[in-house]
Amino acid sequence: MTFFDVTQSLFGGFALTCLIFVFTLVVAIPLGMVIAFGLMSKFKPLKYLLKVFVWIIRGIPLMLQIFIVYFAPGILNDGVNFWNEVDKWFYFNFGVDAGGAFIAVLISFIINYACYFAVIFKGGIEGISRGQNEAGLVLGMTKRQIFRHIVLFQVIKKITPPMSNEIITLVKDTALANSIGVVETILAAKNFATTFPPLIWPIFYSGVFYLVFVGLLTLLFGFLEKKMAFYKE
Amino acid sequence: MAYLEVNGIRKSFGKTEVLKGIDFSLEQGEVLAIIGSSGSGKTTLLRCLNFLEFADEGTISLNDDLLYDGVSEAAAKKKLKNNDKLLRKKRLHFGLVFQQFNLFPHKNVLGNLLLAPTLMAKEDLSFKQRLHFEKSQEFASLKERALATLDRVGLLEKKDFYPCQLSGGQQQRVAIARALVMNPDILCFDEPTSALDPELTGEVLKVIRELKDSDTTMIVVTHEMEFARDVADKVIYMANGVIEEAGTPEEVFGRPQSEKTKSFLASRKNL
Repeated sequence: MTFFDVTQSLFGGFALTCLIFVFTLVVAIPLGMVIAFGLMSKFKPLKYLLKVFVWIIRGIPLMLQIFIVYFAPGILNDGVNFWNEVDKWFYFNFGVDAGGAFIAVLISFIINYACYFAVIFKGGIEGISRGQNEAGLVLGMTKRQIFRHIVLFQVIKKITPPMSNEIITLVKDTALANSIGVVETILAAKNFATTFPPLIWPIFYSGVFYLVFVGLLTLLFGFLEKKMAFYKE
Repeated sequence: MAYLEVNGIRKSFGKTEVLKGIDFSLEQGEVLAIIGSSGSGKTTLLRCLNFLEFADEGTISLNDDLLYDGVSEAAAKKKLKNNDKLLRKKRLHFGLVFQQFNLFPHKNVLGNLLLAPTLMAKEDLSFKQRLHFEKSQEFASLKERALATLDRVGLLEKKDFYPCQLSGGQQQRVAIARALVMNPDILCFDEPTSALDPELTGEVLKVIRELKDSDTTMIVVTHEMEFARDVADKVIYMANGVIEEAGTPEEVFGRPQSEKTKSFLASRKNL
């Protein structure tokens, strides 16, 4: 095994890491917004239902949630797990392994991160003083205009630091996908340790991928925060 | 009938009755000062005039036009949505300057003044016209008006500053300009100097005095007794949700009739 082979294999795993990362963000951010508005809803049953849901999702480990999404169908359906069918379908159509597991991972990540984002969004929106809303109202603005032109930007500025924390955590959480056999970066590296002769260094090497990715994100968020620092409250 | 007629305003929050039947009237160009200790309902009254709260009972008429009737509004409560076009129009009869300024921190001074009128002007335009609005004649005249208003409060040279770069007094003057740009019939102030350091109140009060000289109709809730005495044409002293005493400054400050007013004014003098 040459350095090149290992690198190529790790990049294969890293592609999946990136896919999980991007899909989760793209879906969990809008879904989180919907949940945030639900959490602030005046319709009490919806509000409390979502509160309990968010509590459960944030209260149990993401790995357990992945197991539930992946294994529960089999338990409920007498050992017949449709994820296995999805796995097969992916294998026959695209020649890839663990396609079903990959989708199960996406679902778990999206739900999990949407709940974390929702709490951040809710805090951000509630953190804007009532006076801002009232100032808009007495100037004859509609609720929609107030949200879009007064509240939204202030919320974005306010939630950028907690969101960047959460998003950086997401990069590393993607490693949990290997618990149900999705060959992301770390599992790709670990596979070299179980061959003969075993190679240990690819496991350390895999860390570089995360470091570079998180480094770039840190730069990006730092840039955004700087861009929005033109005012203080 | 007077320019502004307010009759029988009542407002409760839960079981607490905050306003217990408020009547007063005001002529165009007059300044009304509302004084009273905290919790007397002054601010709630102002908020009812600006429709930030909806009075349970009572009427508000402006210029012979019935703006609000609490009883009929209460009967049709669902109509009172903040998005209601009619309600937004009614709100614009009154401007409100807040104790805490409530400037938009992410907009510069000129942006604070232009945001609401720009959005309003854009509402009736097509998508294409909206895109080019900032090049239109309408926007140019809007901007000119905003700059003239800024000049009026003496802050023209601060037009590109952000609120966080201004002193409290300057921020409050921007807030006054922002309210003025909407051309309200009556400008309301909710304790405009209470959040300011003592040395900064003067510049804000000076602006209000100048507005009076240009015949702006104003309602000022204030703790500045001397200012109320100097500037107001009418003074109302409120206590526990009722008007305890009303009249000209000479009447209210000079020969108060009610015991409550006397003790309130005495307590203020000792400060």
